[in-house]
Amino acid sequence: MRIRTGLLTIGVAGCLLVLTGCIGQSPASSGNSDTQLNANAKDVTLSISSNSIVGGKNDSGARWITQYVVPAFTQMEKAKGVTVHITFNGDGSDDGSYGQKQVLALRTGGGGDILEIDGTDVGDYSESGLIKPLGAVVGQDEVSGWSGWSQISKSVQQLDEYKGQAYAIPIGTDGRVLFYNKNLFAQAGLPANWQPKSWADIITAGQALKKVSGVTPIQLDGGTAMAETTTVNGFLPMLAGAGQLLFDNGKWQGNTAAMRSALGFYQQIFSQGLADPVLDEESQGRDQSFAEFAANKIGIYAESDYMWRSILSPTVGNDKMADRNSAVGYALIPAQNPGSGIGGQNFVSYSGGGVRLINPHTKYPQQAWELLTFMASAPAIETYETQYLGGATQVTGNTEVDKKLLAGDPLLNFVSTKALPVTHFRPSEGDYTQVSALVQQATADVISGKSPADAASTYATSLAKVVGQANVVDN
Amino acid sequence: MRRVDVAGLGVPRALAFIAPAIIIIAVFLVFPALWTIYIGSTNFELTGPNSINPQFVGFGNITNAITDPQFRGSLVLTVVYVAGSAVIGQNLLGFLLAWLMRSTPKLLRSIVQGLILLAWILPGTVVAFLWFALLDRNSGTLNALLGNHSTAWLIQYPMLSLIFFNTWRGTAFSMMLYGSALSTVPPTQLEIARLSGARGWRLLRDVVLPHIRGHVLTNTLLITLWTANDFSPYLLTAGGPNHASEVLPVFIYDQALNSSQFGYASAISVLLLVVNLVIALLYLRLLRRRG
Repeated sequence: MRIRTGLLTIGVAGCLLVLTGCIGQSPASSGNSDTQLNANAKDVTLSISSNSIVGGKNDSGARWITQYVVPAFTQMEKAKGVTVHITFNGDGSDDGSYGQKQVLALRTGGGGDILEIDGTDVGDYSESGLIKPLGAVVGQDEVSGWSGWSQISKSVQQLDEYKGQAYAIPIGTDGRVLFYNKNLFAQAGLPANWQPKSWADIITAGQALKKVSGVTPIQLDGGTAMAETTTVNGFLPMLAGAGQLLFDNGKWQGNTAAMRSALGFYQQIFSQGLADPVLDEESQGRDQSFAEFAANKIGIYAESDYMWRSILSPTVGNDKMADRNSAVGYALIPAQNPGSGIGGQNFVSYSGGGVRLINPHTKYPQQAWELLTFMASAPAIETYETQYLGGATQVTGNTEVDKKLLAGDPLLNFVSTKALPVTHFRPSEGDYTQVSALVQQATADVISGKSPADAASTYATSLAKVVGQANVVDN
Repeated sequence: MRRVDVAGLGVPRALAFIAPAIIIIAVFLVFPALWTIYIGSTNFELTGPNSINPQFVGFGNITNAITDPQFRGSLVLTVVYVAGSAVIGQNLLGFLLAWLMRSTPKLLRSIVQGLILLAWILPGTVVAFLWFALLDRNSGTLNALLGNHSTAWLIQYPMLSLIFFNTWRGTAFSMMLYGSALSTVPPTQLEIARLSGARGWRLLRDVVLPHIRGHVLTNTLLITLWTANDFSPYLLTAGGPNHASEVLPVFIYDQALNSSQFGYASAISVLLLVVNLVIALLYLRLLRRRG
């Protein structure tokens, strides 16, 4: 008995010793600091992590990587006498789960050598010590000497920067607009060429659509199940339309008039039955919304151009809409009232986009950088756009490619010339992810019947706990 | 007390024999449990400044949890889920099936048991997908049968759906356990009771139940613990809509990964563990009293 107790004590004590100090290290600081590590290796192994998978989510991106990037880069390196093995870690989960996987992988020293994350997470990951500026991983001269930077527009570069340092290379950007179904609009007696000037105009159109049977008039992403989509597609454009940014001049919006207005818009459309709460509440709500929009069941949907090119595309979309070009209209998202938007704008939009970065734990920083810049080179992007995106293009991280290709797609042209000039990017603050979760909860509260004032007040209380009362504006 | 070394191994060799088991238990059970307690006493987060410099907060997370309405709501939902789907649902349905199956022809019994077992042994993700197909608002089988396309079962009746789901999913275990328990009731006693005119409920209460009381308690204990720790509600409703079906395991997951409050989530895991221990002790006491 004594021996067993002794063993147990030793075991427990040992475990506790191991535990102490195990959490709370900065994972990136334990990464290698030698930018020239294995720079001359002849046999190189690299991996790419991306939230795309052949035959599933973002199929075109996955095929581009596996069918074009990997063989082309391997070939290029072979010419230099280097053997490269590249593995592709595809994924097809929702963006939130994918992000969690990357955090967990980075925390434990794993993850792809090159990985794609949402640009809005750069600040959070950096504050958490999960990633390092590109200069620290591959060398300052290498990074600033890259010719590609000049081809990435300044606004798109906001995606990869945090506190003035580049952490990644942006993949591209998008813009939010109001998509509407012209077939349903015709049935509801609404114009084929629709551009609301205020929120009231949206409500009016919604009421007309409500009379068409079997149709959800408006889909505005909200609630917690939609996660980040709620914030960027639904809430932030409304907040900007009410005249505020979520984070401005070092302070977060608390229980403010603009906050209550934006939540009030949710209340208006949901309490009048103009939107379907189930779409915002069920766990696959976004996919369901896409499918319903493609099936002519949703009148107006505030979404990113992503929906146009990756979901509804007649050739490469997940929910192909054969008559997309004639049946789907698009309009700018209006401010609450003309001129009431942020900075006196009449119309607003929000942009985001993925970025590609190098894992600070990579064993081959130089080769990873080569691969990264290859993927961001004009020929590679152009190949992606023309051969894998099925002609439907995306606002890319390369202005030259954009110039050449965007004019060919009416919506993308509209987004880049009309929406991007009035767009905003999400805050790059480390706390953003948590604040965004609170915003999602506030919209969920309103959708389930709470008043905007109550929801805003609950939100502001939780917000103060996250960022500190001193950094919150209430009015 | 004098110890006798019956096997004649001697202490060192005996230790060598149990070492693999002890090591595995230490690595996969004791260590994670201690680790959870340790993280639960800090404000460690998955990302953000607290992920780099977590502070020791002692019982702070526990006291926060007690005043957190979301945690309390989640606790109530867990009790509802366990009581509805395990203690009542699986128990009664399992017993009923076992009782009815005593006298059915062997072929029919094998088919029914096979089907029920299938629900139990299929992987959770597959089963969740099937239930999505069953309960979906627009194209679900249930709505197609009812001829209505307006009920989103998982959204409008999330807890009820989960309780039905878990009853369906887990009944096989209770059925099998009761099946073998019922075979321990001596047929002679049943016959005598019948001859004396005992039927239905009286037969069950006075003859069958006294024989299988231990099995009932064991079964209830096991399914209660399994259900309290069950994560499959996440696959169906992800805790939604708006936390209406967020049982504790889902709440823990949501706090840890979606809200990145790892410390808080770990503390709640410890609480869940303690609650489970209390339940287990309670049942064990009942079992002992029986003896």
